[in-house]
Amino acid sequence: MSMPYAKLPAWADYGLIPVINLAVAFLVAGFVVLLVGENPFRAAVVLVEGAFGRGQGIAFTLFYATTFIFSGLSVAVAAHCGLFNIGGEGQGYIAGLGIGIVCLAFDSVLPWWLTFPLAIVAAAAMGALWVLIPAYLQAKRGSHIVITTIMFNFIAASVMVYALVGFLKPAISMAPQTRTFLDGAQLPKLNWVIELFGAKIRSAPFNISFLLALAMAILVWVLIWRTRLGYEMRTYGHSAKAARYAGISETRIIIMAMMISGALAGMMALNPTMGDQHNVALEFVSGAGFVGIAVALMGRLHPVGIVLAAILFGMLYQGGAELAFEMPAISRDMIVIIQGLVILFAGALEHMFRPYVQALFASLSPRSVGIEAIKGKGA
Amino acid sequence: MDLFNAIIQVLDSTIRLSVPLLLACLAGLYSERAGIFDIGLEGKMLVGAFAGAASASVFHSAYIGLGMAILISVAFALIHGFASITHRGNQIVSGVAINFIAAGSTIMLGQAWFQQGGRTPALASDERFGAIIWPGADAVRGVPILGPIYSELISGHSVLVYVAFLAVPFTWWVLFRTRFGLRMRAVGENPAAVDTAGISVAWLRYRALICTGVLTGIAGAYLSMVQNGGFVKDMTAGKGYIALAALIFAKWKPVNAMFACLLFGFLDALSIRLQGTPLPLIGKVPVQLMQALPYILTVILLAGFIGKAIPPRAGGVPYVKER
Repeated sequence: MSMPYAKLPAWADYGLIPVINLAVAFLVAGFVVLLVGENPFRAAVVLVEGAFGRGQGIAFTLFYATTFIFSGLSVAVAAHCGLFNIGGEGQGYIAGLGIGIVCLAFDSVLPWWLTFPLAIVAAAAMGALWVLIPAYLQAKRGSHIVITTIMFNFIAASVMVYALVGFLKPAISMAPQTRTFLDGAQLPKLNWVIELFGAKIRSAPFNISFLLALAMAILVWVLIWRTRLGYEMRTYGHSAKAARYAGISETRIIIMAMMISGALAGMMALNPTMGDQHNVALEFVSGAGFVGIAVALMGRLHPVGIVLAAILFGMLYQGGAELAFEMPAISRDMIVIIQGLVILFAGALEHMFRPYVQALFASLSPRSVGIEAIKGKGA
Repeated sequence: MDLFNAIIQVLDSTIRLSVPLLLACLAGLYSERAGIFDIGLEGKMLVGAFAGAASASVFHSAYIGLGMAILISVAFALIHGFASITHRGNQIVSGVAINFIAAGSTIMLGQAWFQQGGRTPALASDERFGAIIWPGADAVRGVPILGPIYSELISGHSVLVYVAFLAVPFTWWVLFRTRFGLRMRAVGENPAAVDTAGISVAWLRYRALICTGVLTGIAGAYLSMVQNGGFVKDMTAGKGYIALAALIFAKWKPVNAMFACLLFGFLDALSIRLQGTPLPLIGKVPVQLMQALPYILTVILLAGFIGKAIPPRAGGVPYVKER
């Protein structure tokens, strides 16, 4: 995460540039809407109204956001250490195995507030274990983590099909999913919080795992900026050479960072399984792990940014569903396009507009980009 | 004789299944040899498949379809180039972005234009690439052993299959016997040296990406116009990633790439063939294990337990000219 260009004021760096990138992404998305013969402005209005217009929409937006906070944090933790965890999808999926086993075993005997911590541990452990081999191979044998985690996504998919068909589904059932969890493994809803503000909600899956997500965001902030391990991770991310010189164990730091990342990705499975569907089904992650990449890039790898970006993507998912309903030419896949455009403009092309913004700042106030300071030193 | 026929059938479907892998794998070879990681193979194949099937059904010509598939796929390759060469962005992030844009836009445009749930209309036989029957294929069918090999395995494929297999020696020739190939390999290992020699690193890498786009376009066209009579949403189904795995398996060499793709295609054909039937000695093998095998093999290879896969040295690193 190096900075190849001169410094901008912090608010421009963390506020203005992401907003410009996002605006361009939406502009291009608007063209796609034009291409299918709809009015992009009306589409935007429907999208925002669908997401925030009613209490129901807000609850769904926050429900989607919950999963994305987890997956965004997962990508961010690895990225701070200079690693790209593209395997959140697989780690979340395989965590469903841990959650499934815990819930099926305890939902009839324990209340939810005892099952939930057990399930959290199981999900985090499965996610972390699933990334252990790729992390070890990266640290010890130098195999590229991106490729190995992609491969593990596919292996996870095969394992889950095998597990669901083989032993997780009830013997009499044909559908490859577990039985519905009993009350002991159903997370309480948080819809009443939104209802406090006077909105009415018929039924929405917004649940207590949202609070867990926020807690994790805080913990990640503490980890990255307030602990020794986080400092070592950031050092390694900036310069592996410097970290080695400083005596930081490469193997340890890579494996730790990736396992924390994997654990966070694993926890994202709690929301759709215990919070919404009350079972573990095929493909229940449905791309949320990949959304995390967009969320982390959009949030500039900072927990606050990630929570905001996750809510933005939650809005896109919820509003996108409404949009597909209102405008038949636009399907929910519009979100996937927007997601791709956000990744492109906020991630791969993040520096495209920087020189222009810098030139603008330099002409308006040279002091803000530090030009004067350098001149002063020279004279 | 039954066993022999079964083997011939499995090998025949091996060829059919490995063609898209092979084309995508060679595509990846061009870009990775030039120092650009490309996990967007999947997306480029997908847009190629969509553009091919859509324009073939609109213009009623398989060749226009193929042309459009190549054109759109190259356009996506150039977006990847724009982000990762011109703007020195993260190549993996850019590849991920391309996969998403491809996955979303093919379904959405397909739905908006054809209203068949993201499919394109079924292609008529003259809008697809038909099988080419080699001379005498029917006459020798009755000859034991050699007859079926000639008439089933060698003859009776579409032109794109032969293109894919001819692309292997061609790629080898380009890579190891032409000036462009030499420079391309150099730019993937040590771009600074190429730059010092007065050759534009960016232009070389762009050309490599154009080759990539052409090949992924053909791969996509094969999927939607040969293997299937039309575009179906998400029809690449991870083939781009298997191709990437095959590329690593092949240690970035064209002839190895062919064998790696044939191996992965064979595993796929075998898993379809063996669904549920027990094997001698091993017993019943879960289908999921067979499906996961290419990925598992790649991880084992990457771990360095079967020889070492060493990627081009400058891969994934944007080139910054010294100022």
